[in-house]
Amino acid sequence: MPARRHALRAAGLLVSLGVLLLVVVASIAIGAKQIPVGDVWHGLFGNTGTDNDVVIRELRLPRTLLGLLAGAALGLAGAVMQALTRNPLADPGLLGINAGASAAVVSAISFFGVTSLTGYVWFAFAGSAAVMVLVYALGGVRAATPVRLALAGTAATAALYGYINAVQIMDTAALDKMRFWTVGSLASASMSTVGQVLPFIGVGIVLALIVARPLNAMGMGDDTARALGAHVNRTRAVAMLAVTLLCGAATAACGPIVFVGLMVPHMVRSFTGPDQRWILPYATVLSPVLLLGADVIGRVVTRPAELQVGIVTALIGGPLFIFLVRRRRMAQL
Amino acid sequence: MKAPESAPKPKAPSQRAQGTPIRALRTAGGLSVRFELRPLVTVVALLVVALAASVVLIGTGDFQIPASDVISTLLGNGSVAHEFIVNDLRLPRVVVGLLVGAALGLSGALFQSVTRNPLGSPDIIGFGQGSTVGALVVIVLFKGSAEAVAYGSLAGGLVTGVLIYLLAWKRGVHGYRLVLVGIGAAAVLTAVNGYLLTKAQIVDAARAVVWITGSLNGRGWEQVGPLFWFCVILIPLVFAYARPLRMLEMGDDVAYALGVRVERTRLVLMTAAVLLTAAATAAAGPVAFVSLTAPQLARRLTRSPGPNLLASMVMGATLLIAADLGAQRVFGADQLPVGVVTGVLGGGYLLWLLAAERKAGRI
Repeated sequence: MPARRHALRAAGLLVSLGVLLLVVVASIAIGAKQIPVGDVWHGLFGNTGTDNDVVIRELRLPRTLLGLLAGAALGLAGAVMQALTRNPLADPGLLGINAGASAAVVSAISFFGVTSLTGYVWFAFAGSAAVMVLVYALGGVRAATPVRLALAGTAATAALYGYINAVQIMDTAALDKMRFWTVGSLASASMSTVGQVLPFIGVGIVLALIVARPLNAMGMGDDTARALGAHVNRTRAVAMLAVTLLCGAATAACGPIVFVGLMVPHMVRSFTGPDQRWILPYATVLSPVLLLGADVIGRVVTRPAELQVGIVTALIGGPLFIFLVRRRRMAQL
Repeated sequence: MKAPESAPKPKAPSQRAQGTPIRALRTAGGLSVRFELRPLVTVVALLVVALAASVVLIGTGDFQIPASDVISTLLGNGSVAHEFIVNDLRLPRVVVGLLVGAALGLSGALFQSVTRNPLGSPDIIGFGQGSTVGALVVIVLFKGSAEAVAYGSLAGGLVTGVLIYLLAWKRGVHGYRLVLVGIGAAAVLTAVNGYLLTKAQIVDAARAVVWITGSLNGRGWEQVGPLFWFCVILIPLVFAYARPLRMLEMGDDVAYALGVRVERTRLVLMTAAVLLTAAATAAAGPVAFVSLTAPQLARRLTRSPGPNLLASMVMGATLLIAADLGAQRVFGADQLPVGVVTGVLGGGYLLWLLAAERKAGRI
């Protein structure tokens, strides 16, 4: 029976990869400007500098790649976070990552005069990493429990949002920039952004997948995990590092897109069950499907204007999520 | 906040039992009432802090009034000028602050208890966001007056409450499902809010951000009235259901076996919590993080299990008034909305408590 179930899940993963490929193609082909499939192919592999080639190579391709990376990072980080804190409400924002990134970005805008989206990236990344370290230290390093981590993260978030709101209220120009960054968007993607975040997300994915097994053991509580031979503290530290790298990079590149990381692990868990070794790969593959799909829809519905991907993700994902919650008994953590 | 890495302290071997011993007060007639000392002291201390902060807050502003004059004016012996400033201008603001803080603290404690999750507070599971949608629609689309904004937020909060309850209903509302449905709704509503903010003109957006942050500036007796009646009716109702709520924390099955009407208790308490949140939000905006941090702070101060309703309520009021006092004193009168400081104060305090708890070996 287990063998058959594994085969089934592996097949499901392949199907998911196929779906992801379709969405990637759609994301390159569909947009404000209609481009025939033949020209898409030409733009990708036989670039001769026509208008369509430029659109494909300079706009659509980086955007799609960034969506792919950010989606995978957010979904995977969400899954790790929920396993780590054993809290179904955990999302990448929970440990203060979004607040740290937002606080750093609002400071960058208001005090350092940074105005370009590419300029935000390092600030956001540094901010989220700093807050993460603080939360981990307060959460208790070795004595960290899920509840303490969650509370420390929430408390840090509360304090930082006070600061963020204060700056926004006193500096209207900063508010004007922030309100567009806050909703989360892929529109400003460039190849240099993709290059900046790729190493962080790559390392993060590897680390996260490594801890899948010990996270399984820790799902039963720290004591049981220890008895089963898992290195509880080390696993927790590595998982936190992975989450910081993944979310910090994704948030830095496209703003705080929270819902993907929250929702996809729940959806995945409803058909994989509680085994992290399946949840994590599935979340990695299916999250970009959601993010890129939402981005494509956002480009189409208000053409030629665009709806930011963070808004579309929540508008589509929210009802879907509620539907899933109602339909079946959610797999508990 | 430094990590306590210094000398490996001997772990207190006598792990103090959670909570303090329970005492009982007996009367000659054979009646007795049970109470815990520490929660009682906490509540009284918080009340004293809240009232003292209120008096100082009333005296704070462009026209400073010494605390003694404030007290004598409140007791009806003040000069005419003081009477006008205290009773007509500053007292209503303070009363709104106290009521809003109490309502938010109490509803936070209720939600966190019903959902059995420290993160299950109204600002996480969609109710705050629902109120915000109502208010933003009025601000951004209709450019409505402050009064219209209050009605908009009240309507938004109540509609969201009903919607979330109905969506979470499936042969009863399970705490876990309620939280998840609420989070889904919160995500959708946050997206709507973000969209409205990006579509707004910058002037409206600035006004909206002040409202979203939560502010007591310019609040008068007309805000006190409705909020007061909501509190007068709902707070006793909540306390009447405090006992079943405590049993509910042990899980639905156990509570059922103990004779609690699970669904009814939950419905009554959640309705009360939603109404309290909606009324408070309509009066002052969704003041950030009070409902989330107040119960956690209260619980850590009383060290008592259970929902800690009274302590959370008083904590909320104290937090809000202290935050407003801080905002007024540090940044000048009516410069910064109170919501900015509640986050900083509540979050910072909670962080400090967590660190202190850790040092003391209490987790």
